[in-house]
Amino acid sequence: MSVLSVHDIKKSYGAIRAVDGVSFNVEPGEILGVIGPNGSGKTTLFNSILGQIKPDTGRVEFEGVDISGKSPLALSRLGVGRTFQNLQVFSKLSLRDNLIAAAQEFHGGLWGRIFAPSDNGVGARADEMIEMFRLKHVADLPAGSLSYGQQKLVDIAMAFMPAPRLVLLDEPCAGVNPSLVDGLRDLLIELNRKQGGSFVVIEHNMDFVMKLCHRIVCMVEGKVLAVGKPAEIQNNRAVLEAYLGN
Amino acid sequence: MTLSKRHLALLALAIIALTVLPTMLKTYGLYLLTLWLVYIIAAFGLNLTVGYAGLKSLCHAGFMGIGAYTVAILMKAGVSFWLATPVAIVLCFAFGLLIGFPALRVQLHYLGFATLGFNLLLMLFFRNEEWLTGGTFGIQNIKRPELFGYSLMGNLPFYYVVLALTVIAGAALAYLLRSPWGRAFAALRDNPIRAESTGVNITAYTLMSFAIGAAYAGLAGALFAPLVNFIEPAPFGIGNSLLFLLMVVVGGSGRFYGPVLGSAIALLLPEYLRFAKDWYLAVFGFAVVVMMIWLPGGLLSIKETWQLHRAKRDVKSARPEAA
Amino acid sequence: MTDFFQLLISGIATGSIYAMAALGFTLLWQAAGTINFAQGEFVMLPAFAMLIGIAAGLPLWLAFVVAVAISVLVLGAGFKRLVVDPMRGSGVVAVVVATLGLSIGLKSFVKAGYSAEPHPFPSVFSEEVFKLAGVTISYSDVGALVFAGLMVLGLQMLLNKTITGRAMQAVAQNTFAAEALGINVKRMILYTFGINAILVAVTALLITPTYLAKFDMGDNIGLKAFFAAIIGGFNNSRGALLGGVLVGVLENLAGAYLTPSYKDGVALVLFLAVILVKPDGLLGTPQERKV
Ligand SMILES: Nc1ncnc2c1ncn2[C@@H]1O[C@H](COP(=O)(O)OP(=O)(O)O)[C@@H](O)[C@H]1O
Ligand SMILES: [Mg+2]
Repeated sequence: MSVLSVHDIKKSYGAIRAVDGVSFNVEPGEILGVIGPNGSGKTTLFNSILGQIKPDTGRVEFEGVDISGKSPLALSRLGVGRTFQNLQVFSKLSLRDNLIAAAQEFHGGLWGRIFAPSDNGVGARADEMIEMFRLKHVADLPAGSLSYGQQKLVDIAMAFMPAPRLVLLDEPCAGVNPSLVDGLRDLLIELNRKQGGSFVVIEHNMDFVMKLCHRIVCMVEGKVLAVGKPAEIQNNRAVLEAYLGN
Repeated sequence: MTLSKRHLALLALAIIALTVLPTMLKTYGLYLLTLWLVYIIAAFGLNLTVGYAGLKSLCHAGFMGIGAYTVAILMKAGVSFWLATPVAIVLCFAFGLLIGFPALRVQLHYLGFATLGFNLLLMLFFRNEEWLTGGTFGIQNIKRPELFGYSLMGNLPFYYVVLALTVIAGAALAYLLRSPWGRAFAALRDNPIRAESTGVNITAYTLMSFAIGAAYAGLAGALFAPLVNFIEPAPFGIGNSLLFLLMVVVGGSGRFYGPVLGSAIALLLPEYLRFAKDWYLAVFGFAVVVMMIWLPGGLLSIKETWQLHRAKRDVKSARPEAA
Repeated sequence: MTDFFQLLISGIATGSIYAMAALGFTLLWQAAGTINFAQGEFVMLPAFAMLIGIAAGLPLWLAFVVAVAISVLVLGAGFKRLVVDPMRGSGVVAVVVATLGLSIGLKSFVKAGYSAEPHPFPSVFSEEVFKLAGVTISYSDVGALVFAGLMVLGLQMLLNKTITGRAMQAVAQNTFAAEALGINVKRMILYTFGINAILVAVTALLITPTYLAKFDMGDNIGLKAFFAAIIGGFNNSRGALLGGVLVGVLENLAGAYLTPSYKDGVALVLFLAVILVKPDGLLGTPQERKV
């Protein structure tokens, strides 16, 4: 059974068909890349899957359960994590608190958490992630005071904090120092191996996508142009013309 | 919030000072000090809603009014103060939940208006429902309670009860803020969209931040009524709600001791400077404008604002190529 | 039934005065993202300026002209330069708090420096009444209605028909695009503040005879203007007119037929009802949540 199956999602903004009938599956443990030129509807697709916006039509299943129309909160509780294309951290909280905040709500009940220890038992996990993302030297600084690239890493680490079974990452490399991109790729591969779970990654950095992903979906103008292994996509004429060529 | 040794020592010192000092004060000074504590309790609550959870609430004086009238009315009906006060707190909590609902629907900056309007409605109620609230004449001769057989009619004993309740209320807030709830409130404030996608139930926390904030105002109101012995609608109007907000912001919103400082500046000082009260308020109002331009984090943020300023300068001079 | 029409007409008259303050409020929000919590005090100040002018022996019309000039200078350009401009980039909330401070400062300043008492204020229009088809109508209601109506319509014309007005609208809708088109954004924003200053002075002229000049007269007017603006639609200048008139009429009718003591709560109830059903106001266009 697929972890995620997306059927025929459509979303228009006025005359713009941002997403125009997209379907795909994500298998257990798979890292799926989503590529496509700017404005091809990738972010809109993510937001439709994740309940951030309401698609015009379409159905989304997570582990065989229909999750269409569920709220972002409900989805995160089910085990779906995400990052955003633009930075989204809790800027006044420290980096470590950001990570704890991303997982603390998954343990115990609302009322019980008043009396729980401050980190609600996920502090050690946060430190583990800080170690893994090599952010120890800035762990106690307010997240808003970090550099763009560091905040991006915090954002990604937050998505993985509660050990979700599916993570959707929207342009994780954008704004990250090019010398750190390879490290980020290795990190994601390591997380994928250690923690299991499936990832869907939107990214423009071709080298990154080709080396990270098991399979790639290429979108153009809201539609899926091609699906296949990195090597196949790399040699697909239509893709080359529409995207890689320029 | 973890307490450092220095912090604990200072806190102990402050509480000792607040215990010893009043024995040397005359009636009016003692009254003002008690009033200050009452306002601190209320401002603690507003700081939770505004400073920690980041929601605009402009009906705090109204909540305080609900607390004060509840206690006054119940005590007139023969109910003990110690029973009436929890009722007042629970009632305010419930009203807080009620006010929280529009907060879920409304765009953020409309929330200020919605709550302001609610305060207006409360004022009209206090003024018009004479059968219950005494209308513009208010409710007179509200007695101070007894505790374990001791009368608290005297100013000093009543002061100590208020001091004890202020410390308890502050400790409870500090406990809540250091629990996972505190972090969830901050997440809601800093980025509700992100918070939702990391499992934070923003509906629940929004409602709770309003309700708990209102409950604190309820306690403050419950103490206010026997302190002044006489209540009328005026202190619970929109003007004071705005002043409450400014108190929190001026002291430093989202900082634990912000309300303590803010209420001293916005309420205690003008009372002491009564002869020049309106001029003082005029200066205070314009000072707020200047402060929002230079020091939007409030007085307690001076150090950090300065450090941030310096850090930014250093970064600029250290890494010219990063531009 | 004649009662009803009387209430309707005076409601529309009051409502169109609210609408002017509301319109200024909306314009500031559109052009500069400023929520002005001191809008009520911005009405109060010209009222006192006129009062001082009259006390100095000026005729009302001249006092009004002087008040408009001062208002444009202080509440328009001065407010923009000294308060709004330095706060650019600090967010809506900081501006809200600053204007709250300004509101308290101005109120207390007038109270301490001039008077805490209410002062009578001369009406531009005759207090007399006339009958039309059995309905008693006061000249001042008709005058206020006509005056306010002309102001609002004139402003609509300015915004829609002149090049400057179009440029101002462009700035309000999309500052970046306007800048790219070569519009002098700064100047247009300054004009908007100037227009707001004129609007509040006219509001003061029309409403003070009934409200009396008092340091806290702005509380009520400010609140009604906010509610009217939001009811009509914060991002639509015609909305302010609709909102103002709705509030004026409904509170008049509710005051007469339901309960006079809760008359001032009508605007709030209407506001709550509208935002719960249509969060962007009656004429406002929806803004999708940014992700
Ligand atoms: N909220 C919106 N309102 C109007 N148009 C939008 C909105 N969001 C996205 N679009 C349009 O939808 C198209 C797809 O955008 P997006 O999903 O962000 O693309 P990508 O992430 O692939 O760059 C673009 O043409 C964009 O302008
Ligand atoms: Mg995108």
